[in-house]
Amino acid sequence: MLKTPLYATHLALKAKIAPFGDWLMPIQYQGILAEHAHTRQAVSIFDICHMGEFMLQADPVLSGLDRLVTQNIVTMPFGACRYGFMLNEQGGVLDDLIIYRISRTSWMLVVNAATVARDFEHLKNNLSEDCFLDNVSDKMSKLDLQGPQSLEVLNNIFGKAVDKLHYYSFSEFVFQGESCIISRTGYTGELGYEIYIANDYVGSLWELLLKDQRVQPAGLGCRDTLRLEMSYPLYGQDLDIYHTPLAAGLEKFVDFSKDFIGKQILLEEQERGPKERLVCFQAESRRSPRHGFVILAKGRQVGLVTSGSFSPSLGVGIGMGYLRSDYDIGMPLTIKEAAVEIPVKIIKKPFVKKTSLLNF
Amino acid sequence: MNIPKSLLYTKDHEWARIEGKIAYVGITDYAQHALGDITFVQLPKIGEELKQASFCATVESVKAASDVYAPLSGKVLSVNAQLLTNPELINQSAYEKGYLLSMEFSLDAEKTKLMDAVSYQVYVEGLAK
Repeated sequence: MLKTPLYATHLALKAKIAPFGDWLMPIQYQGILAEHAHTRQAVSIFDICHMGEFMLQADPVLSGLDRLVTQNIVTMPFGACRYGFMLNEQGGVLDDLIIYRISRTSWMLVVNAATVARDFEHLKNNLSEDCFLDNVSDKMSKLDLQGPQSLEVLNNIFGKAVDKLHYYSFSEFVFQGESCIISRTGYTGELGYEIYIANDYVGSLWELLLKDQRVQPAGLGCRDTLRLEMSYPLYGQDLDIYHTPLAAGLEKFVDFSKDFIGKQILLEEQERGPKERLVCFQAESRRSPRHGFVILAKGRQVGLVTSGSFSPSLGVGIGMGYLRSDYDIGMPLTIKEAAVEIPVKIIKKPFVKKTSLLNF
Repeated sequence: MNIPKSLLYTKDHEWARIEGKIAYVGITDYAQHALGDITFVQLPKIGEELKQASFCATVESVKAASDVYAPLSGKVLSVNAQLLTNPELINQSAYEKGYLLSMEFSLDAEKTKLMDAVSYQVYVEGLAK
């Protein structure tokens, strides 16, 4: 199993450690509910070193990069990041990724941990030969600082320049003489930042952040409940090669004004309407839908739950799944597993609507 | 790990507190710790006949659902309805406020299939290895 540079730190903090893909990751420290609440109300630090980063030197168009992703990278200002997808020829999602534009021809691609090798191959096979593509995942660490107080915490360490970061932008900062990248992005729905720094420095940055009394460590357990409350998809569960971004309801991250791999299929799907749609549903009780449970509409199976959990903010079960039928907001469904039946209603995403995401 | 001396235990981490012909039933401190924050509890109906080692309740944490099995056979006398709105009582007080139910147990001999505190302690330590 793979371990992040902070593994010993997590053990010392008495974290519950569990496998997450190929990685041994901290799932929780004091408890998922407490860490979830602390992130929504104050600020938490997450070890996200398992995620993949590629550095790329490439002309946006001549290299073929623009054709490999659904986001329009040509129109991106330097210092901006943009969320989107890499698709296969069938329009299926190979990965969701954030692209950082450092300069006209210099990029950082942030991809999921489980798909690093496949993404790298896909990029290498499809980019022109004069590009320089470097998988720096093993050398680069990533910390997420998330919560309404995250800006004040970063101001104390990196200065007032952090104020200038608006949503989905980034800048280079210096920590103990080492350059690092901070972007105003995240996976919790709160005001927050993602920090990319060399492995050798991540331990001292983690320590310094935790010295701030407001900051608590948080594990992947609450990262999952936080992202699900925002209806953010998780690759491998809510997104996969069998579903398109249209089926996932994420067409706003697809730029149809340009060419990209899989576009033709998506246009056809747009024409006749997707066969399945990812919907969000909420239970009236505390009982939680879980990944793999069956979704029934009027007694007939219409899909499977892709993500499900207890929502700490709402105090009820919530989930998402692909529905092979027409639906309306408010439509009742039953989530079933063996003798368990959970009545739910389809809701308009996200589950939690008021957060600090766009504060400042 | 809190393992009270006076209780009996199962391999599935239920406990039973015997008071005459009545047994109070819950899940152990080890179980609540392994599950993490408990978010939902389903309890049997009062009057339901339970069989030793058969399903009697469900306890869900944020991450997973877990079945609870009756430590003894008998009839359910009462359930801890507070758990329906405050399931975290199991995390806070696994052996007292977080008990699941009480039952009138029918077969005294079934108690020999349960572990005492010392045996359960050895059993749990064995799991950690």
